[in-house]
Order: sequence, then C-alpha cells, then structure tokens
Amino acid sequence: MTVPAQLQRMSEACWMLPPNYKDGMLVPAIIYGTEKLMSEMDKGVFEQVTNVATLPGIVRAAFCMPDGHWGYGFPIGGVAAFDADAGVISPGGIGFDINCGVRLVATNLTEEEVRPHLETLVDKFYQRVPAGVGAKGFLKTTRKEFNQILEHGAAWCVERGFGWEEDLDRTEHRGCLEGADHNDISDRAAERGHNQVGTLGSGNHYLEIQVVREKNIFDKETAEVMGITTPGQVVMMFHCGSRGFGHQVATDYLMKFLSVMTGKYGIPIRDRELACAPLKSPEGTAYFSAMKCAVNMAFANRQLILHRIREVFAEVFGRSAEELGLHQVYDVSHNTAKIETHEVNGAKRKLLVHRKGATRAFAPGMEDVPACYKRIGQPVIIGGSMETGSYLLVGQPTGAETFFSTCHGSGRIMSRGEAKRRFRGEKLIHDMRERGIYVRAVSMPGLAEEAGGAYKSVDEVVLATEIAGLTRRIARFEPIGNVKG
Amino acid sequence: MNRGHYEYLDDIATADVAFRATGKTLEELLVAAADATLAVMLSRPVGLEPRIKHEIRVAAQNEEMLLYRLLEELVFLKDAKQLLLRVEKIELQQHSAGISFQAVAECAGDTIDPEKYVLGVDVKAVTMHLFSVKHTGEGWEALVILDI
Repeated sequence: MTVPAQLQRMSEACWMLPPNYKDGMLVPAIIYGTEKLMSEMDKGVFEQVTNVATLPGIVRAAFCMPDGHWGYGFPIGGVAAFDADAGVISPGGIGFDINCGVRLVATNLTEEEVRPHLETLVDKFYQRVPAGVGAKGFLKTTRKEFNQILEHGAAWCVERGFGWEEDLDRTEHRGCLEGADHNDISDRAAERGHNQVGTLGSGNHYLEIQVVREKNIFDKETAEVMGITTPGQVVMMFHCGSRGFGHQVATDYLMKFLSVMTGKYGIPIRDRELACAPLKSPEGTAYFSAMKCAVNMAFANRQLILHRIREVFAEVFGRSAEELGLHQVYDVSHNTAKIETHEVNGAKRKLLVHRKGATRAFAPGMEDVPACYKRIGQPVIIGGSMETGSYLLVGQPTGAETFFSTCHGSGRIMSRGEAKRRFRGEKLIHDMRERGIYVRAVSMPGLAEEAGGAYKSVDEVVLATEIAGLTRRIARFEPIGNVKG
Repeated sequence: MNRGHYEYLDDIATADVAFRATGKTLEELLVAAADATLAVMLSRPVGLEPRIKHEIRVAAQNEEMLLYRLLEELVFLKDAKQLLLRVEKIELQQHSAGISFQAVAECAGDTIDPEKYVLGVDVKAVTMHLFSVKHTGEGWEALVILDI
C-alpha cells in the first residue's frame, strides 16, 4: 500500500493528513504507527479517518490508532471527540458491538501448577461459557430483570453473587454508565439479546489462559501494583461485548439516524455508516441512552463470564477463588462514546469521545482511575492474536493529545477469506498444541480466520503507542489455553 | 427456483465480510444475498436440514432497503430464535398500500447446533457501508458488507 502523498510525518510514530486533503474536513486526520505499520495500513483507513474529520463539532483531529484498519463509517482504531453541546453522536463511530472489551484476571498459580490441569480447565471453560454463532447463556432473565441489567450493568450481577464488590472498582465506570434508560431500546433488541448474558460470541472474541514470563515483565514495580508479581504467573484474559443486543441497538439507531440526518439536521451523508445526529437532539439523546444500555449489558456479560472462570478454577483446584487469588486486574471498553472533560487550547471542555476499536488510557491521577491505580495510571489490556501474545499497558500524561486513547489489539491485516485459504483450523489446533497452546473452538473455519498470520504484529503496535507517548508497556502475556467461538 | 450467484470480496473492510450478489431478477438477487449471509455462519448451507419453516415478510420503499431488511431479519432470527434459515421461495409484491415493495420469503432451516453443523462466524449486523443494489444490463447486482 502506498500512503497518500499529502501524508506528513509529525514525529517518529505520528502522521497527519491536513484539512485540505479532502473537501469538508474541519480538522486534520492523525494516524499513529511506525514506518512498518504505516506501510501496511489499509487504504480504507485514510479514506475513513478523513471522512470522520468532516463531522460537525469535531474537536482537534480525527485519530486512528496503530492497529487501525478499514471498518465501516469510522475506521477500526478510530477516535474522535465532539463538543458535548454542539457536536454529534454517531453509531458508526462506536460500532455494532457496543462495549466490546477485554477483562484481565490474575491468579496466584504458576504455569507449572496449571499445566497438568490445562485441558480440563479449557474444556470446562468451553462448556460453561457458551461461544459461537447464536449461542445463548445459562442465565434466564425476565424482561424486567433484563431491563435492570441494562440500567445497572455489572453491579446487577455482583448483587446476585456473580462476582465481588472489588470487581466493580476495577472496571471502567464501575461497570455501569449512568443514564441508561431501557425505554430507549426496542423490543426487537431485547428479544435478540436477552438470553445472551454470559456468552462469548465468535469472530475475534476469545477466552485465554496466559502466562507472564520473567523476560516479559518490563516494569516490575508497576506490574506488582496490578497483581502481576511472579514470573510464570498465570492470568486469564477474555474479549467479548454486548452480543446480539448491542448489535441490534446499533442497527435500530443507524436506521433512525439515516432518516433524519440530512432532512432534519442538514448534515450531508458521505458514508451511510457515518450516520449521525446532534447529541442534544431527541434522536441523539435516545441513542446515547440506548448505547449506555448496551454498554451495561456488555459489562454484565463479562462479569458473568468472570464468575464462571472463578467457579471452574475453584472446582479444578479444590480451593476457593479467593484462595487462588482470582482478582480482576481491570476491564476496558473498546466501542463506546463517553462524556469526558479534556483540555483543549488551554480550556477545559466537555466532550463526547467516540472510541471505535480503541481503548481509553487515562493517565495517573485522573478521575475514574481506581484508587488502587491512581499512582500508576489506568491499566490498558491489549489482546493480541491467539498465537502470539497480549499486553498490559498503562496510560500516560502525554496521551492528552488523543483524549487519552490508545490501540485495542493487534489489528487485522488479512481478509477472512484469504486467512481461510491460507490456514486450516485443524492444522492450527495441532500446531499450537505442539507449541504448548491447547485450543477448543466451536468453528474450525472461524479458527482459521483468526490465525496469527492474519494480524499485524502486536509488539509493533504497542511499541508505536509507546513511542507516540499514548501508553507504556508493563507486561506481555503468552497464551497456553484458548477458547474460541 | 434459480438462486442467483454470490462471491466474497477480499479487499474490502478487512475484518468483516464483503460480498457481491447477482441475479437475473430481483428475486434471484435477494436469494443469492441471503445465501451469502447464511454461508458466513454455516459452512455447508446445502446441508442445512429444513426442519423448521419460517415465513419472513419485509416491506420497503426501494429495492435497496428491501434487501437490507431481508438480511437484517435473517441476522435477527439467528440470535432471537437460534435459527439458521435458507430461503426456499420468494415472492415480490409491488406498489401495495403506499409501500413500494414487499417480499414474502418462505424459509426453512434448523436451530443452531454445533454438534450437528460446521458453523462459521457470527454475523453481527448488515452494514450500510458501500451497501448498494443496482439494475445492470444483465439483471441485478448488490454489494453488501457484513459486520463480523
């Protein structure tokens, strides 16, 4: 891929397309990446990030993170902030899988202790955390209970014994966005997703048993604050979102926004997935509330999965989850829009920050960073491909430029079709087993699509965020067990 | 019934699935696009047992939205009823009661069972990115990107 001729290099890992690149751009487009990542960047990224730069009320720039790739509407890896009074909200800037995110859980077990039980653990996770196309969960809820989940998020689960109070302290916004009103969601959305709490989904969603090796703890003191204390220590990481419920919320409102965007609000449509409406309009307000319902459903989903993980560990090792040290490290959201206060040209401004396939990365001392992490900054959990590794990072004060946002994963580089032609699920399972990684997957073709070779190098992606000052590397984890949808 | 054709397009929307569907008639196009969507979630769609019958009725003001609504309903039923469906017959009615198009699709399929079927990946949504339905010299053509 050749990058656009107008692309200017601002610093080692920061590149810019000026507003005169395309008609209607209100701000520049800024893309992060090393030279290698930029040379691999999809052409769609440049097109889409500059489209975002045309949306009304956008502040500072339209950003794309180093794991960025061609999505719909916004690129994946897209970050854009809009004035909370005069700006817009866009479902395509959040994504269909609202609050898709990653949760990291520590244990006090070592690889040596876990290895003899690896297959039993993975097999039990495979049974207890339903995955794959259309999978439904074990939690049966009435519509009234489902509505409570939408408004209370992870706390609903903790109140019913599916988790510990400290889990909420270690989740963005304590696992619940305020202002979610179930009256703003359709019956269709509830019908589609009410039985999916506690399910993983498919595609790039996973549940992994991982190990931190001595060479991969880059900042021992900071890692210890997050409970990563011992070389060989085993952790659990999983990635999933708001399932069919969130997908339907996004679908419903995309249609609503398209019907009013131009006629009622006079905003030209460049890509129908960039449909948007003023945040303060009736449609914008209703979507913001419905989106929060989906955010909360996803927090509850991950909370229930954490509960299952604790149950399985306790069963297999014959000790309680507390004794096994199964403390949640943190839970991050990828696909959201949140009201945040940031400094713009020396003044504090209330902004609606859209992050689509991007992670909030608050710096030390900032509001909503839990007390236990106030000194080190917000933990940022980066899931790599199933064959390579994942990272734990922390937010940096220099991340202010991107409204304290960073990458979310390694970023796809190969199409699903190409991956299926190049890799075979059965062979991957065999090869990974030879390398000490035990995998259970619902779908063999689905597994082939997730081969390590289909992704950018996660090491290069997190390095780019560190060079750019967005996040700092603390530890790297390697997979030893994996459940895929 | 002729089912039209589809092909997946690799160089669009990296992490998602894009396809082009074609048909000599609009009915064929709708069926081809439904087949392409099903084949993302199910490895061998022809092996889907027609155990459960389900009728889908969708209406729209134009051909484009008619296709969108049909695919969106199939994606909805996959989660809401755990149903994977193949369109067996489709009938178009035009200009009825102020709505330009209405499609009645008679579908048959089975509940999702990973033990019985080789499943593919979940379709989260039908996106509007580059979504198009157009009349060509030889019939109808659509471009669709599914969110995975």
